[in-house]
Amino acid sequence: MSLIVKKVAQLITGFIFLYGLYIIVHGHLTPGGGFAGGAIIAGAYILQILAFGKAPLLLVKKETGSSISESLAILLFLMMAVAGFFIGTKVFFNNFLPVGKIGELVSAGAIPIYNILIGIEVAAALLTIFLALIIYKEEIEE
Amino acid sequence: MELTLSILLGFMIIGALFALHAKDLLSAVIAAGIVGYSLVICFLLLKAPDLAIVQIVVETITLIIMVAVVLDSTREELNVKIDTQQIINMSLAFIFMLVLIFFFIQAIETLNPFGEHSLRMASAYVGETAAKTGSANLVTGVLFDFRGYDTLGEATILFTAAIGVLTILRIKGKK
Amino acid sequence: MIVYVLCFILFLVGLYGLITRRNLIKIVISLSIMEFSIFIFLVLIGYIDGGIAPIITEQVINPTYVDPLPQAMVLTAIVIGLATTAMLMAIAIRLYRKYKTFDIREIKNLKG
Repeated sequence: MSLIVKKVAQLITGFIFLYGLYIIVHGHLTPGGGFAGGAIIAGAYILQILAFGKAPLLLVKKETGSSISESLAILLFLMMAVAGFFIGTKVFFNNFLPVGKIGELVSAGAIPIYNILIGIEVAAALLTIFLALIIYKEEIEE
Repeated sequence: MELTLSILLGFMIIGALFALHAKDLLSAVIAAGIVGYSLVICFLLLKAPDLAIVQIVVETITLIIMVAVVLDSTREELNVKIDTQQIINMSLAFIFMLVLIFFFIQAIETLNPFGEHSLRMASAYVGETAAKTGSANLVTGVLFDFRGYDTLGEATILFTAAIGVLTILRIKGKK
Repeated sequence: MIVYVLCFILFLVGLYGLITRRNLIKIVISLSIMEFSIFIFLVLIGYIDGGIAPIITEQVINPTYVDPLPQAMVLTAIVIGLATTAMLMAIAIRLYRKYKTFDIREIKNLKG
């Protein structure tokens, strides 16, 4: 890619990542939520990969980093849902943290925690799909 | 409002018809992207900001994947030969369309006119979400608290798709 | 009511492309067009004239909200559509690598 694209990608990627994080954390106050913010964070990583080419990436043979973080995020999501079994009224997916006042950042029970975990999971899943289809698409010879 | 939506939907129909009849595969993929981006404007006009953010990012990622796959291969499409198999295909498509139109005409008489929604189920959701969950965004409150199982199912589908792509591309075929 | 008819015509265009086209990429594009028509139909049903977006603020007194339930369903469906398209693209890459063409008639005649 040309020099202009590389310089602009270097300057902007931090702002895109920060914007995605803002949309995830304020998911219960403004439009957005876990899915939108996770997709935006995946977009920041994809911009870096497309601007700088795949030569620095091909030193590693497989995409293990994003795969491990995606699995860990959905495991934590399931553990938080099962924890509703043992606290308060004993149902699955119970909202067991205190509700608080509407409109503040720390409110709405366990919904911000669910938003953050879903955001990490969506970003890692989209990044794994992109890496597997475009960068690391050779068959592994056994 | 209805006029603006009709113009946008007509634009999407023309874009879809062009995407199916284009000779070059890259033009077809870009025309499919036009349909997706017009959907974002329709969502903004219908007062759904969550959906607009998700649709614009997901459409960009889909376009990146499709353009990368198309540029890596031949871009020409062979001419469509009108032989017996093609005529059978087109008549089958016509029969399916007639059956669907018949059912659609019967179903559209039971719908309310556009813009008057009776809110039979949602009146309970709108009234209780603020008190029971405490979130100001009604869509997030419905999605994570009242209908949490759907969110769990969707996270599972995305996880399975990532693993499925890795499996399809890595199995070594027979010689 | 004419917006409902236009949504249905978009669905029929996608169905026509799914049955009659021979190129694998165009089949994937037709499936994606059918999904778009369903998204816009669901959000059109839940719209109320003069309603506002379903977020609680303190600036509007006695508001009428647009129905939030179809919006939650379509939010899930958009991400599922992306997962389906990604898997179909993986199958298309694999088929192209083996048979060197995207045409489904040639692939059926060759038979590995």
